[in-house]
Amino acid sequence: MIEFRDVTITYADAPAPALRDVELTIPEGELCLVVGRTGAGKSTLLGAINGLVPHFTGGTLRGSVRVDGIETRSQPPREFAHLVGVVGQDPLAGFVTDTVEEELAYGMEQLAIPSAVMRKRVEETLDLLGIAELRHRPLRTLSGGQQQRVAIGSVLTAHPRVLVLDEPTSALDPTAAEDVLAAITRLVHDLGITAIVAEHRMERVVQYADRLVHLPGDRTVRDGAPAEILRTCDIAPPVVELGRLAGWSPLPLSVRDARRLAAPLRERLVGHTPPAPRPTDPTTGPLLSARRIIVRYGDVIAVRGLDLELPGQVTALMGRNGSGKSSLLWALQGSGPRQGGTVDVAGVDPGRAEPKRARALVGLVPQTPGDLLYLETVDAECAEADRESGAEAGACRALLDRIAPGIDGAVHPRDVSEGQRLALVLAIQLVAAPRVVLLDEPTRGLDYHAKRRFVRVVRELADAGRAIVLATHDVEFVAQVADRVVVMAEGDIVADGPTAEVVVSSPAFAPQVAKILAPAEWLTVTDVGNALADTDVAHRQPDPSVSPDARASAADREPTG
Amino acid sequence: MNVPHPKPSPTAVAFRRGGGRLPRTVHPGAWWLWALGLATAASRTTNPLLLALILAVAGFVVANRRSDAPWALAFRMYLFLGLFIIVMRVLFRIVFGAGAASGHVLVDLPEIPLPEWAAGIHLFGPVGLEHVLGGFYDGLRLATMIVCLGAANALASPKRMLKAVPAALYEVGAAVVVALSVAPQLIESVHRVRRARRLRGGAQKGMRALRSIAIPVLQDALDRSLALAAAMDSRGYGRNRHLPRTIRLVTGVLTLVGLIGVCVGVYALLDGGTPRYLGVTMLPGGLVVAGIGFVLTGRRIDRSVYLPDRWRLAEFAVAVCGLGTGALLYLTSRIDAGNLYPSLSPLAWPELAPLPVLALAVGVLPAWLAPPPPLTVPRAGVMPPAPETPVRPTTPDRGDGTILREKSVR
Repeated sequence: MIEFRDVTITYADAPAPALRDVELTIPEGELCLVVGRTGAGKSTLLGAINGLVPHFTGGTLRGSVRVDGIETRSQPPREFAHLVGVVGQDPLAGFVTDTVEEELAYGMEQLAIPSAVMRKRVEETLDLLGIAELRHRPLRTLSGGQQQRVAIGSVLTAHPRVLVLDEPTSALDPTAAEDVLAAITRLVHDLGITAIVAEHRMERVVQYADRLVHLPGDRTVRDGAPAEILRTCDIAPPVVELGRLAGWSPLPLSVRDARRLAAPLRERLVGHTPPAPRPTDPTTGPLLSARRIIVRYGDVIAVRGLDLELPGQVTALMGRNGSGKSSLLWALQGSGPRQGGTVDVAGVDPGRAEPKRARALVGLVPQTPGDLLYLETVDAECAEADRESGAEAGACRALLDRIAPGIDGAVHPRDVSEGQRLALVLAIQLVAAPRVVLLDEPTRGLDYHAKRRFVRVVRELADAGRAIVLATHDVEFVAQVADRVVVMAEGDIVADGPTAEVVVSSPAFAPQVAKILAPAEWLTVTDVGNALADTDVAHRQPDPSVSPDARASAADREPTG
Repeated sequence: MNVPHPKPSPTAVAFRRGGGRLPRTVHPGAWWLWALGLATAASRTTNPLLLALILAVAGFVVANRRSDAPWALAFRMYLFLGLFIIVMRVLFRIVFGAGAASGHVLVDLPEIPLPEWAAGIHLFGPVGLEHVLGGFYDGLRLATMIVCLGAANALASPKRMLKAVPAALYEVGAAVVVALSVAPQLIESVHRVRRARRLRGGAQKGMRALRSIAIPVLQDALDRSLALAAAMDSRGYGRNRHLPRTIRLVTGVLTLVGLIGVCVGVYALLDGGTPRYLGVTMLPGGLVVAGIGFVLTGRRIDRSVYLPDRWRLAEFAVAVCGLGTGALLYLTSRIDAGNLYPSLSPLAWPELAPLPVLALAVGVLPAWLAPPPPLTVPRAGVMPPAPETPVRPTTPDRGDGTILREKSVR
């Protein structure tokens, strides 16, 4: 269906090609997962399928890309609209009309499909994706998962043979991600559509994939059966890492497969206890205590009078999209609205303090960190941050170098990688030396390596006695870093306790390792590995190139961009 | 007269339901033709009784046939605009030029003497009844025309109107649609960035503060536009639109000339002072020329419309009623102009002649002839649910509305 023959793509002004010598054939009806680190060329590969690269982005393409036998160089992307459906990272940014039904019809109108056929296809697509009840709704009022499904539907109505999805689930909570993935697998299995999916959160998709395309970062592309590629791949979901650790063969890709192989491992782990959460110092009180916080927007109540105390540990705030997590963080920091209740940080209410004082009490990194950046270079941003918080010159840069070493100071903040931008904003907020740090969806767009490095940064901050709150959907990240999990629903706290206690029994929030090794409360591969290493070292002879620690240290050398 | 009554009587509800006809949207073009007909009628008279009748007709039809969409609620704005126009007209008459008043003096204001070079301009002075009435009549006429256009806006969705534009104007329509959807996103990102600024202390002042908001917002807008452009391109926008250069040039000229002709023609028709032949020749001539241009381009553009508004019997009826009103008044202005322009000197009571009243009776018919509009959201209190249109319960959806609040705090 899709053929890359000896393809090399070089963007204008780029010193080196973004992809080189790509040989790739994707047969019809496959679900193909594209993985690779940030900046490895995933988006370039996806864009080349319908010719957006290089027709829309500029640059040169050598070799040939064929879709259904038609060469992309011969025609602009719009001529592939009936053949290739593309869904971008942010569905809202790609919507042209403003209600669901019109959006579904838009592509067909461009293809001049007769009105009667359009009506039929709109109805079929609404049913296929389970969005029939949303048909008259304005697109902006939909939740993230619904928007993603509408975006898929809006390209499906043109009856494409190929569906290209860039990070379809990375902004979604676990349940919404399940809905979207169920829709995609249904299209592949029932309609025989060829789907190409790029996704950082491999753990969500890899079990459904027929083929894995791995971009190792040296601009080349490897492809093959998922289990085969994952044997040596530098990025892998927890289930695969556990499989490697336990020496299972063939490597399991789903929790089900792993659980069937895991009985011996569970027996070996009997007698070991998972590491306990970070102990809180009982002598010092909580760093932040909030009482009866209420946030409302008109009739909508976002936070419903909840109480929260934050000691010096890492707290994960979970819950579906729209459960009030962000509103709560903004209210705690004092920059967002708060209609009732009190917040107490060292005797001061940050909501009533000057912005400058508030930020020295509580630091917040918002969901789109880029909103805080407005200068031309990283160094200028750092210097500005020093001035803003009255710190000595170079304090911010020193912090940044500790969090993410090796960022070129002369680079524009937009040109650094997602993880580095997060580090920059975190450093800017930390210069003011707040004891409480709130992070809203920090792992969005981070690959496994950047995430692992970020875990270490968060741990260090907590070790230094800070209270950290992470609002996130990323269960694996929570399993690695959080001491305590607070689950919100409808603006209220529905669960609050040590991480293992809250997540292990939850179908949505349990990490893969916990699902495989339940009922024992193991959360991460590292914990399991440490426990095994304590006793039966003799049984385990790990390949040093794939052990978690080796990968972690390799992760520190992330290239820029 | 247009404000929906909080608790309509059962008969009013039955009436709004349209006597068993299925609710549907009427072609926006029909409503626009109807409104233009009414506006033409208004332009032909200064008789306050007739103008008030026209206002009543427009208001009555709007109240009975508008949907519950946001744009439909803008009709009130047009009413206020009309009121403002009348007040301004009368005020200007009192402030300027009242000095020339003769006849019935209402109030004798002292005139402020002006220097020599402003001869001919009077500031205050005795206020004549005729003078004020003249201003009132003029203002009322203009206000009525504006309210007629407001009625068209309330009855027909502006976006649906764009859907109905000829294929040749499709690009323009698409640009307007995109602009309409990007604007709220821009406002949202300004809010988001302003809030984020506080996180950095928000200490910058003046240009620095502006810059700290403008740069992230503009970057965001640029990113969004690029993403939208890429999405539109990969979804087939602009497909099958390869016109040879000469054809493009010819159709462009034809369309432009035709549209200018239409503008001149409409002006001539609405303004009683211009020679009649100008309106009679320019309007159809312009329409034909522009039409040729549209057809030439449109034939080359291959695209279809989802759920197009059909031009059916009801649309004909609506358009004919409006145009009929206009035509009848136009006819009256040629037979019995005195009745349409009540005399100011000597001052006389305005009178109603049978023909103009008949014309307006035709104009109000669409309130019954047009099918009732479909309701998107049943409004509690205003529209009690009818038995055959059961209220759909708002789906207890987990994402329902809540995404908004998360958006707003980003």
